[in-house]
Amino acid sequence: MNFLNILNEIEKVDGEIYERISPRRAAMKDFFSFGKKVAAASVPLAVGTMFKKAYGQTASPAIINALNIGLAIEHFSAAFYTRGFSEAAFGSGSTAAADKAAIGIIRDHELGHVKFLQDTIKAAGGTPVGVGSYDYTGNKEFSEPFKNFRSFLQIAQGLEDTGLRATKGVAGDLLGSPYLSAALGMHAVEARHSTKIRLMRISRGQSGTLQPWISLNDETDGRLGQGAYAGEENVQQAGNTITGINGNSAIDSARASEAFDEPITVAALRTVLGQFKVNI
Amino acid sequence: MKNIIQEDQDTAQQTERISSSTLPRRSFLQFAGASAVGVALMAAGCSKDKDYVGPTDPIVPGEDKVNLGSGDTGLLNFAYALEQLEAAFYTKVVESPWSGINTTEKEYLIDIQLHEIAHRELLRNVLGDGKIGNLAFDFSKVNFADRASVLEAAKEMEDIGVAAYNGVAPLLKSKDFLTVAAKIVSVEARHAAYIRETIKPNDFTAGVVGSNGQEQPLKPADVLSRVKKYITTEINASNLPTA
Repeated sequence: MNFLNILNEIEKVDGEIYERISPRRAAMKDFFSFGKKVAAASVPLAVGTMFKKAYGQTASPAIINALNIGLAIEHFSAAFYTRGFSEAAFGSGSTAAADKAAIGIIRDHELGHVKFLQDTIKAAGGTPVGVGSYDYTGNKEFSEPFKNFRSFLQIAQGLEDTGLRATKGVAGDLLGSPYLSAALGMHAVEARHSTKIRLMRISRGQSGTLQPWISLNDETDGRLGQGAYAGEENVQQAGNTITGINGNSAIDSARASEAFDEPITVAALRTVLGQFKVNI
Repeated sequence: MKNIIQEDQDTAQQTERISSSTLPRRSFLQFAGASAVGVALMAAGCSKDKDYVGPTDPIVPGEDKVNLGSGDTGLLNFAYALEQLEAAFYTKVVESPWSGINTTEKEYLIDIQLHEIAHRELLRNVLGDGKIGNLAFDFSKVNFADRASVLEAAKEMEDIGVAAYNGVAPLLKSKDFLTVAAKIVSVEARHAAYIRETIKPNDFTAGVVGSNGQEQPLKPADVLSRVKKYITTEINASNLPTA
């Protein structure tokens, strides 16, 4: 019996065994070098710990919490787009049909995220948070969140941008876990959604300064805008001032802020989405 | 010692059960949960970790080659190489715009160019002495006078850029670098969505998102093979972490 053979056998039925154990194959090397140093009798315990890490029960509370924050946002997003798809005032004509199709595409992604996160949290030994009872008006900021298509798009944009900022906020907690890659895979999709929604709003002449990317602190009108974009005006990255970096004077503060999307703290997230009664 | 031998036999039986059937998750969990695995570690045979970190020689004199290096430095150099590519591409686009380009398109393409330059310069500064040299590019496959040709190339580069960052970010050791990568990758995704929508409405995620609503990451080697047609400098990525 040889440990490598065990892994090989497992790999035949579970091609992702190495990823489950650790997203880094390098960690396997660490393990082997660790094994050199410990007495043989203690090795089984180490192996068991490694497998538990791969197959559940021992995902840390920080990881479960990070995944559940994501799930809480995705539940709300999925419910919001599902209702919007059937109720929103898309109008008529070819643009209306295309808009509805776009909302359908986004809804399907959010439903995919919900299912993925529920399954993942369960497999990791955690309890997935459930659907909430939402206030789509954002505590009366939007009187008709679905019937007024402009309001619908404004909420959608704030939601997408807040969601992806939240992922950045918890990404560090997921580093070294098998969940980071999936979180980033969803995160990029939210960014694409945001830009699509922004382009829909731009084509309607909604908000004259709106860009396909977050520029400075973007829309500061209203509670949702203020909460969702506070901090996005940052131009300091890893100890560098991006404005005019290395003599590139065309990079003004707007471009410098646009080039990097910023994380949001859990506290700020609670404030922004709490208005919609999303429990985080 | 007797214990270990007994455990060894148990494990052998369980292993046989697992490998002789499709895997019911529950039984695997039982197996995994039973930490009774007697092992003959083959660790002594494992090759030693390379301790190589940064490029020893960013550009080999007389040859057009770079070695990205290993560890986080290597991964950041990989990103730096891609940002060099994107910045050079959009600089060319902005310098020689297709005829009939409209004001909005031009404005947004300048924005994208400057975002890519910002990414490139930040990575350059973060890498410091560990950075690779300036790469050389060949954009002869792109017809800059033709809107469709430019946008198709842009779409390909942005999609690859997103998948590339998503592929290397989980390999980073430093949380600070992960944060930088996460801050950049969503901007690349925004670019990708904008370019795609400019080509064809509602194409913002077409073909890049699976049923779980996620974009698939790409490994550095796959990224490099896809962008090779634009980069004439030979890039050695063999020291990058692979998992």
